[in-house]
Amino acid sequence: MRLICGANGGNMDRRKFILGSTSALTGGLFLPGIVGSATAQDLPAGAVASGILDALPGKRPLIKRSFRPPNYETPVSYFREAFTPNDAFYVRWHSAVPDVALADWRLRISGPGVKSEREFTHDTLRRKFKSAEVAAVNQCSGNRRGLFNPHVAGVQWGFGAMGNAVWSGVRLKDVLEDAGLTASALEVVGNGADAPTLTGPDFVKSLPMWKALDPDTLIAFEMNGEPLPTWNGAPARLVAPGWTATYWIKALADLTVTDKPFEGFWMKTAYRVPKGMFGASGFESQDTEQNSPITAIKVNSLVVDPAPGAVLERGKRIEVLGIAWDGGSGIRGIEVSLDGGKTWRDAKLQRDLGRYSWRQWRYAIKPEQAGAMTLMARAHARDGSTQTDTLVHNPAGYHHNVVQKVDYHVA
Amino acid sequence: MSHKHAVRRAVTSVMLAASIATAAADESSIRLTEDAGLPQVQASCSMCHSLDYILMNSPFQDKAAWEKTVNKMVKVMGAPMTADDVAAVVAYLDTHYGKGAPAAP
Ligand code: HEC
Repeated sequence: MRLICGANGGNMDRRKFILGSTSALTGGLFLPGIVGSATAQDLPAGAVASGILDALPGKRPLIKRSFRPPNYETPVSYFREAFTPNDAFYVRWHSAVPDVALADWRLRISGPGVKSEREFTHDTLRRKFKSAEVAAVNQCSGNRRGLFNPHVAGVQWGFGAMGNAVWSGVRLKDVLEDAGLTASALEVVGNGADAPTLTGPDFVKSLPMWKALDPDTLIAFEMNGEPLPTWNGAPARLVAPGWTATYWIKALADLTVTDKPFEGFWMKTAYRVPKGMFGASGFESQDTEQNSPITAIKVNSLVVDPAPGAVLERGKRIEVLGIAWDGGSGIRGIEVSLDGGKTWRDAKLQRDLGRYSWRQWRYAIKPEQAGAMTLMARAHARDGSTQTDTLVHNPAGYHHNVVQKVDYHVA
Repeated sequence: MSHKHAVRRAVTSVMLAASIATAAADESSIRLTEDAGLPQVQASCSMCHSLDYILMNSPFQDKAAWEKTVNKMVKVMGAPMTADDVAAVVAYLDTHYGKGAPAAP
């Protein structure tokens, strides 16, 4: 096994730009010092300074959060497309990236929750089980952590620790049922080929049985019709649509069906929210008195175009493009306000690509007055939930879904 | 964990040591302020990840918060540090990357 580490290959021809101004990203004009809008400028100063554009091998230039392990964020301008290109898809690892050849890949299924152990190769797995696919947002739990005020420690992500893709492979349910589940089966524990650098805790995550047996939960080999990039979990990763990406184990190697709650650090201690702060977790075997695992994505939206800070031409009609998504109930509507939230009007939802996919929306504006202009967008999910007006602060910096205020300048 | 698995893990750590060396070429663009304590930071804090983990988490952590972070690296992640290392690193981080410190270059 070869390991791709951080940004390895010191002789790579890599392009770096300083992100002092976002104009390099969006191709739009950027007015520094505009207050009130949640732009990447709200990140800690040190994150802005070290957030250079840098291309990993096979990837377009992304916003580097850390070289090693590689944590790279997708510039928002790529979210103009319904599905995020694989080579622009964000990258998130806790330790070095394993490079497992498809031919060498094995998936082992074992544990007290299965009747008989199984081991599959890519061939035996694909031949035995029906193919399935799902369009789904993959969003890091810590997406927008960098915008928390006050700031909290962790990878200081802006808006781009997410992407939307069509994931294809086989159903986790079919594989588990082939091994046979015992009456005591409680959680399905997924482990990837990545391992901690020294002695730290291995990155291992579990799912409750109901989520593991959901027909939309997959063992995926492809995204957007292409094999998964190594950076995004080749040869195979779990896809848990609607849940944050921490459960989407990359370079999947082992599945263990347990009859007890899994106790690893990244389940028990990390990726936690205070009990009740964000509603029921849906993962009772992992709830404690104090906290719950972060699970489903909260309803959210993002203005993609024009970029915050853009200069708009007075009297000219333009369409604002955005996206909205939630944990799988689907998007019911999106409203836009141009008067600071006093009045709201419906934006036009674009094609429904599935309840786990984000939904693009458009809203026409024709700014008549020169000067500052603020646009707010608020998504409503089919389950009745909507975005929050103020940040629900929590120690790990999760679920930032505050209604965005985007400042433009009309001239 | 199976024997095969354990062997693979061992191979992984050996390979990783090698890959850190190659990765350093790119991480070398990271510049931390020269001062007492920097050698300890470089020795202790770049084993598992690049030093941009420090930069991006600045300047908003006060001394207690940096102390908590460093203790987490020792107790949870297994950073091999003496009490003296910890004290030197915390003092350095508080001075140059702590709350109210000048923004990173
Ligand atoms: C034994 C391995 C190891 C060593 C040595 C280590 N770290 Fe870490 N550190 C980690 C891991 C693993 C993470 C989590 C990475 C992630 O989630 O991307 C982390 C995360 C961090 C974070 C982000 C906040 C957090 O708590 O997750 C900071 C800041 C940090 N380390 C600073 C340091 C400093 C300062 C040192 C030197 C005193 C250090 N680290 C040494 C393994 C280590």
